[in-house]
Order: sequence, then C-alpha cells, then structure tokens
Amino acid sequence: MKTNHLKGNLTLDLGGFALNSGDFNLPMSGVTVLFGRSGSGKSTLLRAISGLDKRTHGQLSFANTVWQAGKQHRPTAERDIGFVFQDAALFPHLSVRQNLDYGIKRLPKGKAPADFDQIVERVGVAHLLDRDIGFLSGGERQRVAIARALLMQPKLLCMDEPLSALDWRAKAELLTLIEELVESLQLPVLYITHDPMEVERLADQVVVMADGRIQSVEPLTQLLNRADSPLFDHQGAVSVLQTHPLESGGVSQVRVADQTLSLPGSRATKGARPSQRQLSRVRILARDVTLALEDPHKISTSNHLVATVAELIDQDDHSLLVRLKLADEQTFFAEVTHDSAQRLQLSPGLVVFALIKTVALNR
Amino acid sequence: MQLFGIEVEWQPIWLTLEIAAMTTVVLLVLGTPLAWWMARMKSSNKVLLEALVALPLVLPPTVLGFYLLIAMNPNGMVTETLSWFGYEGQLTFSKTGLVIGSVFYSLPFAVQPLMHAFETIPNRLLDAAATLRASFLDRFRTVVMPLARRGFLTAATLSFAHTVGEFGVVLMVGGNIPGETRMVSIAIFDHVESLEYAQAHLLSAMMLVFSLAVLMLVYGLNRKFEVKVG
Repeated sequence: MKTNHLKGNLTLDLGGFALNSGDFNLPMSGVTVLFGRSGSGKSTLLRAISGLDKRTHGQLSFANTVWQAGKQHRPTAERDIGFVFQDAALFPHLSVRQNLDYGIKRLPKGKAPADFDQIVERVGVAHLLDRDIGFLSGGERQRVAIARALLMQPKLLCMDEPLSALDWRAKAELLTLIEELVESLQLPVLYITHDPMEVERLADQVVVMADGRIQSVEPLTQLLNRADSPLFDHQGAVSVLQTHPLESGGVSQVRVADQTLSLPGSRATKGARPSQRQLSRVRILARDVTLALEDPHKISTSNHLVATVAELIDQDDHSLLVRLKLADEQTFFAEVTHDSAQRLQLSPGLVVFALIKTVALNR
Repeated sequence: MQLFGIEVEWQPIWLTLEIAAMTTVVLLVLGTPLAWWMARMKSSNKVLLEALVALPLVLPPTVLGFYLLIAMNPNGMVTETLSWFGYEGQLTFSKTGLVIGSVFYSLPFAVQPLMHAFETIPNRLLDAAATLRASFLDRFRTVVMPLARRGFLTAATLSFAHTVGEFGVVLMVGGNIPGETRMVSIAIFDHVESLEYAQAHLLSAMMLVFSLAVLMLVYGLNRKFEVKVG
C-alpha cells in the first residue's frame, strides 16, 4: 500500500504560547505518536494539522492535497480526518446512536460511510446504541467517540490523549482495541500522549516535541535504543521486543529469537477474546533484568534469554546500562551496578543469560 | 368588556403586547450573534462590552429615553439613515421608535442569559462537530441551539416581560398617543394622575398577575429543560 506523507511547517501564535513546528515530513503509516511534556505544543500542533485553529499559518499537505498555504486553509470538514478528543466530546443532547449518525449524515454524496454494524461491533458499542450519553462510563464514551470517528471513513485518525481521563482497566482495554484497529483497518493514526507506556505500546514512529517545536522524528526502536531517550522516566531505561504470540491455554507465551517468554495473564483482558494480532510487543524495564554467566536452574525466575553483550553505557556514579543483542538482532537494556559489571567482567561479545521475572513483563 | 364593574381598556394592553412581541423578536435576532461574539471573546474589550450591555440595568430609564429622543429626532442621523432605506415618517412618538427604545432598554435581559448559556458550551463540542463535517451555521443549529435552549427561553420571556413593564423610556420616546404609543404603564400613570383609582387598580392587578405568571414560567422552564453538559 502506498504511504501518504504529511508534510509542512506550521506556526500558531496563541499569545502566551507559540507553536513553531519547523519543517516536517512524516510518512503516515501505522501509529505516529506526538510525544512531549504538557505544554510542549503537541495538542496545538494537532489542532493546527486538523485545521481546528484558524490562526494557523504556514504550509501543510497530506497525500499531495494542500491543507494549508500561508493563511489559506482547507476547512477541517474537507480534510477527511477523524478526531478523537481527550474527553470524547460526545454531544450530550443526543443519544449514542444519534452521535454516531451525526457525521454519517454530513458525508458528501460521493463518499460512503463505513459499514455501521461492523464498526459498532468491532469497537464494542453495539449494546450501547440506545443509551443516553450521561449513562456511559469513561471507557464507553471513548469507544463511542472512536466509532463516531471511524464511521466517517477517514484517511487519517487523530487522537488527542484519548486515554488520559480513564482508569487503568479501561486504559488497558482501549489500548488493546486501538492496536487491533490500527492493524485491521490499515488506518494511519496521529496519536498524542505524554505517557511513555502508551508510546511503547502503540508507536511505530515518534515525534518528540518541546517548547512548541518538533525536536526529532524517529522510529520507536531507534528512539528506545538511545540510552538518554526522552521516553525514559523515573523508572529508568525501557526496551520493547517484537514477539510472536503462541497459542496456549492459561499462561500466555510469546516467541522471540527462537526463545520463549512467559507473560503474566493480563488481569485487564481476562475473559476478553484472544488478540488476533500477528506481532505482540513486550515491554521490559532495564532494572528488572538480572544478568548471569551461566543458566541457573534452581531459581523462580522463569525467563532466561540468551543474549550477547553489545555495549556498556555509563549512566551515573553507581550504575551502567548493558545493551544486549538477541539472535534476531533485536536489542534490549539491562541496568546493573558498576560492582556487578566488574565482578562478571562484562564486556562486548560476552554471552550472558538475561533473567526476567514473568510478572515484571507487560504487553 | 367589564371586570368587577369596570370597563377594561383593551387598546393599551394590545399595544403593549404587540410592542413587547416585536421587541423580543428583534432582540433574539440581534442579541444571539452579539451574545455569541461576547461569549467567545477573550480580549479585555469584553469588560467594556459587558458593561455597555448592562447599562440599561442601572441607568434611570429617563436618561436612556432622553438620549434616544435626541438620537431619533426627526432631522437626526438615525431618521435620515432610515429614510434612505425607505422608512417614512418619524421615529419619536411612533410605534417604531418605541420598539427601538425597548430594544435598548431590554438588551441586557436578552444578551446576558444567552451569553451565559453560550459560555457553558465547551469549545471541544464545536471542534468535534467540525471534524464531523458540520459547517459553522450547522454547528450553531445542531449543537449550540439545543444546548443553549434554556438561555433562549429565559432571554425571550425576560425580554418580553421587561418590555411590558417599561415606563420611563416609553414616556420619553413615545409619549401618550392612544392606539399608537399609550402602553399599559402609561395608562396606569394617567389614571392615577386623574384620580381614576378603579381603572388604575384593574390594570395594575392585571400587570401583577401577568408578571408573576411569566416569572413562574421562566423558572419552571429552567427546571424542565436543564441540560447537562459534560
């Protein structure tokens, strides 16, 4: 499938805050996350991209259609985008079904809406159709908002911190839903978040923002490869491995580089239908990885990955990051103290066993 | 028709209702865009506009009436301008002049409830409607108006009732021409001046009952049409 590009350079002066994106050229496939702290301008950029703020200046085009040229702009309605807002933004005076119909009724003659029953079923709002908006939970509202956007058959789906107002359970369910939708609909997504966990779960490509400007655009794997990645917070370095889910009852297992990893049965998705996805991401905190020179057997830790030390990176006075490489070239970090590194005589090329507790892994 | 043995004068009553109805229509048509503009205004000019709109609340009606009388004088700019658009006759001491005066006099009663209703509508709902391909007027009709319906009802009833109850402006601008500018409040004043207390009693009692009914209607509607935004 041909990849459409979103390219341009946008400025938007809000008085107290100014967006000055700099030139960008983003291939739109999979999930592109706009990441940055609050106040970094990610929402402003998304509003400028979607045409919601008329004060926007600059250049913007998507799939070779001009969306903005100087002050001239194509109205939001004609940009073929779907938008999911932080707090769903459902119309409180309409029922769920009327909310879903709102956009369908306004589609131009030549454009057919998506298959209503199919979308409603897939997003999990079929049983809510005749409800009043006031009686929906946070997760349900966000599902309705997603369905409402998808029914317009958009060419680009914009999501502005769609999970930030939700509790952890709803958040986990919706993350799974978004992953599945992205894969099955082949719809490019522009996704805003300040939560590194969401980036690690969803992103293919990460746009890092600070002070109203785009700082960098990198694939997730590359961004996570940097020892000083902006994604690392108080929990330290994080790695994401692409794995293949295995069919098994009870314990969930995945394969990576011809080795098997055991994952905790997720509490959030218990009872939910099994994921249909081809690839599954496993998120590992560097501080949860123990290194051993030989394979210990009498130990409760059940994941023992064979890996090669690729690089030692000094972090601070007492710890360092060990970059480990698997047979399939995927890398991940382990965080150890200088003392331990010396004791084990860690050096590039050394084959080690990386021990990771099952419960420390999350998908 | 007689009530309690007193002949009811219908002319001032009909005239009052007619002028109040016209004023209400004009106020809703002009007040809606003004209130919307003010509700979405972020600059500090908003303070000045709010104060200007609220002025009739604190100004003695005679002051407002005096300025309107000056502004609408037969050789003045307002009358001249209107005559270009084909308006014949004078504004002072006429029905048209009364409606213009009433529009100024009741402006805060239309604009304030509308503005407050508009202010409670979150921008993101309008943004959401825009991403669902609704044009501005479409968004206004299908999102703003239903969510602000309480504001519209309050604005309409209060403008109407307040216009019915005006006196000072009417006296200054309209005078006391039977069938043309003699509204109920003027009629009552007239009766009292001529010591016709029975007539004054009857009209006053009718006004009292009417005002109470209108206010109860407003508060009743407010309860019934409560809209939850969120």
